[in-house]
Amino acid sequence: MKICVLVKEVPDAAVEKRINSSTGRLDRSGEKNLNPFDTHAIEAAMQLKEGGALEVDEVVAVTMGPESAKRALTKAVSLGADRSVHLSDDALAGSDVNGTGYALAKALEAEAPDLVLLGQQSDDGECYTIGAVVADHLAMPSLTQVIKIDVEGGGLRCERQAEYGYDTVQVELPAVISVGDAINEPRYPSLKAIMGAKKKPLETKSAADAGIEAGRVGYDNARAHCSEFAAPPAKSAGQIIEDEDTNDTVEKIVAWLDERKLLA
Amino acid sequence: MSGILVYALHYDGAFNKNSLGAVSEGARLAAELGTECHAIVVGEGVSDELASQLGNYGASKVYRVEGPEGLAQPVVDAMAAAIEANDLGYALFGGGLLGFEIGAGLAARLDAGVCMEVTNVRVEDAKLVAERPILGDSQISSVHYRSQVGVIIGRLNAFEIRESGGTATVEDLSVEFKPHSLRAKMVQRGEQRGADVNIEDANILVAGGRGLGNAEGFEALEALAGALGGAVAATRAVVDAGWYSYSAQIGQTGKTVAPKLYLAAGISGAIQHKVGMQASENIVAINKDSNAPIFEFSDLGIVGDLNKIVPKLTEAVKAKKG
Repeated sequence: MKICVLVKEVPDAAVEKRINSSTGRLDRSGEKNLNPFDTHAIEAAMQLKEGGALEVDEVVAVTMGPESAKRALTKAVSLGADRSVHLSDDALAGSDVNGTGYALAKALEAEAPDLVLLGQQSDDGECYTIGAVVADHLAMPSLTQVIKIDVEGGGLRCERQAEYGYDTVQVELPAVISVGDAINEPRYPSLKAIMGAKKKPLETKSAADAGIEAGRVGYDNARAHCSEFAAPPAKSAGQIIEDEDTNDTVEKIVAWLDERKLLA
Repeated sequence: MSGILVYALHYDGAFNKNSLGAVSEGARLAAELGTECHAIVVGEGVSDELASQLGNYGASKVYRVEGPEGLAQPVVDAMAAAIEANDLGYALFGGGLLGFEIGAGLAARLDAGVCMEVTNVRVEDAKLVAERPILGDSQISSVHYRSQVGVIIGRLNAFEIRESGGTATVEDLSVEFKPHSLRAKMVQRGEQRGADVNIEDANILVAGGRGLGNAEGFEALEALAGALGGAVAATRAVVDAGWYSYSAQIGQTGKTVAPKLYLAAGISGAIQHKVGMQASENIVAINKDSNAPIFEFSDLGIVGDLNKIVPKLTEAVKAKKG
């Protein structure tokens, strides 16, 4: 069977994120990295492959993004993916959640995966929803924020926390599962894997190659259009103490609490 | 008409508070648009009494659908059917996990625009415009829908519950579920992991996150909470990791609290946590990362090693209180 892992390149956590005022889109320039949540999805795929309960022939990393997004794929391959697919086209730039999910689903359709894994959220867009969009297009069962996967009865027994506690859900394959970061500790790539990653097959596809309808993707076709960025109501900044002398710090905290009658 | 359909999540014979907030908000917006707010309930043997309760929050009609509980995809089928049959213009969800999944699936099904983490909705030119904080809540963007149906997924606790005293008619809606919607089956729902603790009545909460390093890290927090006369709470990450009880969890899929003092130790302050505690009167944060988002909304922030600070703070609090 084949597992596809959706990955994304995101601005490095240390880079301050901002909106480009001329385009109204997130400024994605600057240092980039593989979305940290996606490393858990790749690790989950590797554990299924190595676990032996499913016969996994291939793990394929799939991304959509500009030329630079190739680096996220290379990183994914260094973490264990066998090959990668890069959906890249100017026509896709600025797609909203709806358009992005549709485009990724079209790219996945050609791969006909038995399982699609992804991280529960991207570090930059804060949207948690791509998995559910992709699943509806692919007509596959889906579950998000999964923290435990066991192979059982030819399908997956998944656990996740929902509104009322922990749910255990039996999901038939093929399926789309987004994973939370509690699911595993991603491995570090070996030097050999890092060196070898660039030699693994990487296929680049245009929107037309993937059979994507032009009217459903890109900034101009976004069904939800973001604009009018405004600052939220200002909150007075809190007091910050850098702990240099802990006795002194603790004294300050106690005084602060006492002033507010919290030690009564 | 551009009516509004609100998903109402229920469990064990009661509606979720965020769903009741969403119905109240839907009713407010529908009145402003000059249309109606309808609600939809999907479950096994939902009683008339339960379904009709939504009238009291402003729904004029409640669609009752017989189907599996606790999973998103059957609800996508049900909502798509209700929207198409009644020519509704918007789907609205309160905060929570299922709302995100259902809303996203519905957007795909109906080729609709979707906006999540919405904190406010306004009417502009007889249309709804969703407001969403972005980039760690440093900016608020307005989202306009350019599709026949707009999907609005609220942030946890964004919509206030308002009782209207109204009544709703309950309409049974028969839905043919898609095959894939029935390929995920609930085996066990709502399992409570860890001891049952009460944090909602505490005036003081000492909360721990991943920065504690391990489950043993909570011992120091329990000592501090004991000294302060409060209780211990936790983030989702550490509950998922099995370090602390689910019943003590704050945030998106946990509790919402507003104590007099919320002391956060080793908590970065992700949005999913923030939404459950931001109404606290005084927020104190201890974190070794000076860039942690929690410092953006804490009243007192201490940049330092909690392993050094917490035990000394416990002693100092004890000494001060005598």
